[in-house]
Amino acid sequence: MVAALGQGYRAVRWWFRGVLGADAYDRYLAHHARAGHDEPPMSERAFWRARTDHQERHPQGRCC
Amino acid sequence: MTTTSGGAGGVAAPPDQELPPAVDDEVLEHERRRWTPARIAVWAAIALLGGLGWVMVALIRGETVNAIWFVFAAVATYLIAYRFYSTYIERKLLRPDDRRATPAEHSENGQDYLPTDRRVLYGHHFAAIAGAGPLVGPVLAAQMGYLPGTIWIIVGVVLAGAVQDYLVLFFSMRRGGRSLGQMARDELGVVGGAAAVIATLAIMIILIAVLALVVVQALGESPWGVFSVAMTIPIALFMGFYLRYLRPGKVGEVSVIGVALLLLAIIAGGWISESGLAEAFTLSRTTLAWCVVIYGVVAAVLPVWMLLAPRDYLSTFMKIGTIVLLAVAVVVVRPDIATPAFSEFATRSDGPVVPGPLFPFLFVTIACGALSGFHALISSGTTPKLIEKERQTRFIGYGGMLMESFVAIMALVAAISIDRGIYFAMNAPTALTGGTVETAAVWVNSLGLAGVDITPQELAGTAAMVGEQSIVSRTGGAPTLALGLSQILSQFLGGAALASFWYHFAIMFEALFILTAVDAGTRVARFMLQDAVGTFVPRFRDTSWRTGAWIGTIVMVGGWGGILIMGVTDPLGGINTLFPLFGIANQLLAAIALAVCLAIIARRGTVQYLWIVLVPLVTVAVITVTASLYKIFSPVPGVGYWAQHFAYRDAIAAGRTSMGAARNPAQMEAVVRNTFIQGTLSIIFLVLTLIVLTAATVAAVRSVRSGGSPGKEDEPVPSRRYGPSGLIPTPAEKELEKQWLASAGAPSRGGGH
Repeated sequence: MVAALGQGYRAVRWWFRGVLGADAYDRYLAHHARAGHDEPPMSERAFWRARTDHQERHPQGRCC
Repeated sequence: MTTTSGGAGGVAAPPDQELPPAVDDEVLEHERRRWTPARIAVWAAIALLGGLGWVMVALIRGETVNAIWFVFAAVATYLIAYRFYSTYIERKLLRPDDRRATPAEHSENGQDYLPTDRRVLYGHHFAAIAGAGPLVGPVLAAQMGYLPGTIWIIVGVVLAGAVQDYLVLFFSMRRGGRSLGQMARDELGVVGGAAAVIATLAIMIILIAVLALVVVQALGESPWGVFSVAMTIPIALFMGFYLRYLRPGKVGEVSVIGVALLLLAIIAGGWISESGLAEAFTLSRTTLAWCVVIYGVVAAVLPVWMLLAPRDYLSTFMKIGTIVLLAVAVVVVRPDIATPAFSEFATRSDGPVVPGPLFPFLFVTIACGALSGFHALISSGTTPKLIEKERQTRFIGYGGMLMESFVAIMALVAAISIDRGIYFAMNAPTALTGGTVETAAVWVNSLGLAGVDITPQELAGTAAMVGEQSIVSRTGGAPTLALGLSQILSQFLGGAALASFWYHFAIMFEALFILTAVDAGTRVARFMLQDAVGTFVPRFRDTSWRTGAWIGTIVMVGGWGGILIMGVTDPLGGINTLFPLFGIANQLLAAIALAVCLAIIARRGTVQYLWIVLVPLVTVAVITVTASLYKIFSPVPGVGYWAQHFAYRDAIAAGRTSMGAARNPAQMEAVVRNTFIQGTLSIIFLVLTLIVLTAATVAAVRSVRSGGSPGKEDEPVPSRRYGPSGLIPTPAEKELEKQWLASAGAPSRGGGH
């Protein structure tokens, strides 16, 4: 029972983080590892700065 | 080295991986067609329940109808459409191929191109398409009774809205995530493409203006609402600084803090409204409109991390949360609905909320929820760059829109669960209600509506219950929805003591969604404008050029701000004159998107299955063109902008200083000016759309005549990852997923390490 609840909580948390975009840095790291770059990945702080700078140039619409 | 984590989708292949990137089409087809007894029983039950729901909603004429039947009718219809119609479109028309890599896979860059788990992307896409639109339109359309709106929301989404979203998403995905404007240029040639871009810009201006008008109408003379919505700005700024300097990347954490502060702001709004500060936060609608305009400029030029990004987190969090809350509350409370299926206004064209006959005006009043052209901008924007496998477009595109339709049904249920007398007192313009509880009660009772007998005390009591000074002529839909929600939610949680909290909670989230759409929309529109002008003046293409950015922003905010101020000061009442234009604009965008899809599909050189896109395209073209023609040519002043325009001009020429709702010469002049602008916009929209439709038809006929023409799709790239296509994997999909996971390692679901 407790285990099932824990699993459910983790699943909801995983989903919500994904929808919010809170997992962007983890995904960037995974992408970086997969792509096999030579340089080390950006630090967390640098990544989020780069991300908002990117959003600055590529605005996303929000619907009505 | 192939762990995927967080929202990352499926599984990517290690270098020596030999597993297939797709389940064979025949295997999937076989699974789909295997009708086991259990499966037959489930679908028969769904069909029966849905049928029962429709019978109760549409045919049984009792005193009341329970809200749960709306839920059954809607959900069963969605399931059947999703299972049968969307798979038909998939199989016959789009034919996705999971052996091809999607843009997210072949152009993956760790930023906007990133394969995303289908379930996460569903939520992401939904949060991007849904907002205040599906919450507002159904409320206004409820003046005709509940049935026309219910049928249009459910049937419309199945045959039109979800089809549009699905097709645009699929075609954009096959073209590397190209935008609707770029696809229009590719498919419709220079003239058609240019008309599509100009129409899109004009439509965005009117959409933002009317959304902003809804917020202003909800917050005018409401110190509670003004305080709590104003607090979202410092809260967002705090979140922005927190994420930038204190704890970078802790998005979940800061969102929870933000939502807690938001709830505190709603509670504090109640204290403010009863304190000496109430005066300071009681703002006229004109003042508020200027505040929104200034906010629009500031939000568009501030760095994204300060305001836009944190506000977006807040908005997404609230969107998912409130919609789950709303659905649970409606199912638990199951309110009885006393509104008739067809009201007295269903057969007339002088409805006080939105004027005009049922056809076509009901179909433009409810845009979002049934068919929303704005979605085409999302389906050809963010989402196609995140989709992991081609087959998942059905779940995301078609399925995502079904969810928005469900939200619209919920909003409709909430709006029709309140007393009809209160509904009309709230939604008719001041010009009719007179603005006070006494005059409003007299006016509502004079309408001669069956079962409606409202007293001034009831109107004053309702206002007091939700913590407002007055609820008379709170047009725009948001306050009505908030009242309905507060009645439903307070039966579910907290009782009457929390009615005012829930009311302002609803106002707050609607305002939050709208302001997010306003600032993001202004930015997107500015970029579109700069791109369009850049064709002639290349310097404008550089979006980091400050002067260009300022010019673009001022032009865009000036456009929607001007219409907003016009709506707020309109003597005739802004919502009822402008909302039809909003609906027409949104549906015209849908017509443009579907026209582009038509041209793309016709490239195959055959008319077979073309009807799938022709059905929604012809429907929406007929609706919007008819509505536009009414707005331009109708001799009834309440319906036709020009009829109104000339009536007032003649009156001024004849020396009259007041007429109808306009009580002095200045207001007379205002009506003449406003109707001129609205009438001109109607003509521009209509002409641009006809150009686009003609260009698409010409392109389609040419393609079919010549037996097909090469498409503009990207070259196929073989896929090296796998993920199931729908919410629940089929046995074959599950098996293949298991093999992939075994060879590549399970994705970590911990996150936040």
